[in-house]
Amino acid sequence: MANLLEMHSLSVSYDANVVLQDINFSVSESDFIGVIGPNGGGKTTLLKVILGLIKPLKGRIVFNSKLINSNSIGYLPQISTGDVNYPVTVSDVILSGMMIRKKIISRMSSADKKRTKEVIDNLGLSGMERTSLNELSGGQLQRVFLGRAVIGDPKLLLLDEPGNFVDSTFENDFYEKLRDLNKRMAILMVSHDIGMISSHVKSYACVNGELHYHPSSEITNDQLLAYGCPIQLITHGEVPHTVLKIHN
Amino acid sequence: MEGSIFQYEFVIKSLLGALFASITAGLAGTYIVSRRMVFLSGGITHASFGGIGIGYFAGINPVIGAAVFSILSALGIEYLSVSHKIREDSAIGILWAFGMAIGIIFIYLTPGYTPNLMSYLFGSILTVTNADIIALGIMSLILVFYFTVFYRTILYISFDESFARTYSSYVDIFKYVTTSLIALTIVLNIRMAGVVLVLSLFTIPPNIAMIFTKVYSRIIIWSILAGFIGTAAGYIISYFAGIPVGATIIFTLVVIWVIVKGICQVMKIVKDRKQGSGTTNLI
Repeated sequence: MANLLEMHSLSVSYDANVVLQDINFSVSESDFIGVIGPNGGGKTTLLKVILGLIKPLKGRIVFNSKLINSNSIGYLPQISTGDVNYPVTVSDVILSGMMIRKKIISRMSSADKKRTKEVIDNLGLSGMERTSLNELSGGQLQRVFLGRAVIGDPKLLLLDEPGNFVDSTFENDFYEKLRDLNKRMAILMVSHDIGMISSHVKSYACVNGELHYHPSSEITNDQLLAYGCPIQLITHGEVPHTVLKIHN
Repeated sequence: MEGSIFQYEFVIKSLLGALFASITAGLAGTYIVSRRMVFLSGGITHASFGGIGIGYFAGINPVIGAAVFSILSALGIEYLSVSHKIREDSAIGILWAFGMAIGIIFIYLTPGYTPNLMSYLFGSILTVTNADIIALGIMSLILVFYFTVFYRTILYISFDESFARTYSSYVDIFKYVTTSLIALTIVLNIRMAGVVLVLSLFTIPPNIAMIFTKVYSRIIIWSILAGFIGTAAGYIISYFAGIPVGATIIFTLVVIWVIVKGICQVMKIVKDRKQGSGTTNLI
């Protein structure tokens, strides 16, 4: 399996504040990696380095030419980045994901329209093409931004805290969609909520200044099967914890 | 006869002025309002008064002085807000007053009487020259071309700048070019409505349009239409009533806004009643 990107001794800092230190990490084609760690640990920074929004202080990041030449990287930011009161419709926003292919577009071609319609239908947003963003629920907004991230069919999909706005009725559906997308693209998903992602990802990267990678082999199928249900909590050894009794 | 020719010329000039002012203000205004740049634009407008003062003092066309001042202050504010070296609203507030101060000092230092000063502050169709109308016409063409060719790029960068940066390295260039065009547009419209009132020409029409549409391209079209009606009516009323044109335009536009808003509210209430009468109230 070819690596899409490799980080070699990469460090990132904001002014004097070192956020990521000496990271060695790679993402390969069919990966589904959960990036976990405390707030301020550098999870979002890791995504921003991959997107080229932040330049590393030391070390380097090497992209596979396949990733650079293809449709680049899909990105689902934390929802707060776009102004939901901006006069823009659902299909406008989803189509903006095509910019990763075209760089500059002025109008929608009929092929773009068709593709946008497919993505909208696939995300269960049919009939909302002309709805403006401030009329949507949190869960619907999340789907719109996911649509924007995947319409260009990227080789690598970066998700930043997708759990924040997902309503519980759509949650399973959302992760089902991701599993489906994972057949075509590698996924790197940031979350501070381990429970949310533990049953969906194939491997973990723990980020807190440094990065520790835990391949799927550390969490064996036997362990998963022994519980007979999705595991909600995975943690390192020697973590002080209390488990309350099950109510009668 | 002479009177009628003068009137005919005046009507043509007013209508062309109204047309170009509403096209430029509709396009630029939609961008300003949706990107929440109204305060920034106010700063640019007032800072340009410094250029008008220096223009008077140096004996060059004050519009050129204003254009230079407004573009420099616009780019300065955009740059400062990106580099986070100073709070953006503070920077705008300082530039706003500084530009006005420079303008006042230089006009005071200029020997002789400056009869056009009031027209720069409050606008006057009588002092608008053919060259002003032509300049505004050219600006309309440039803006229509720019917004047509780069429509979606402009829309997406101003909707979600940080996302746009993930796929495009042109974000800053587009921002600076668009802001410069808008600064220039504001300056060219100052002759019509004056420094103090011009901004409402950019902000009221998009807000009228947003009452009944949330689609960006439709906001532009409705803004231009609302702007044209308000501006043309403003010219005619101001001419026959003998009151300042800038103030009359703004007054007309606000009246249109109130009427449209009122009609929409009434229609909404009627619609809700109709829907409500068919169902039983459970609560």
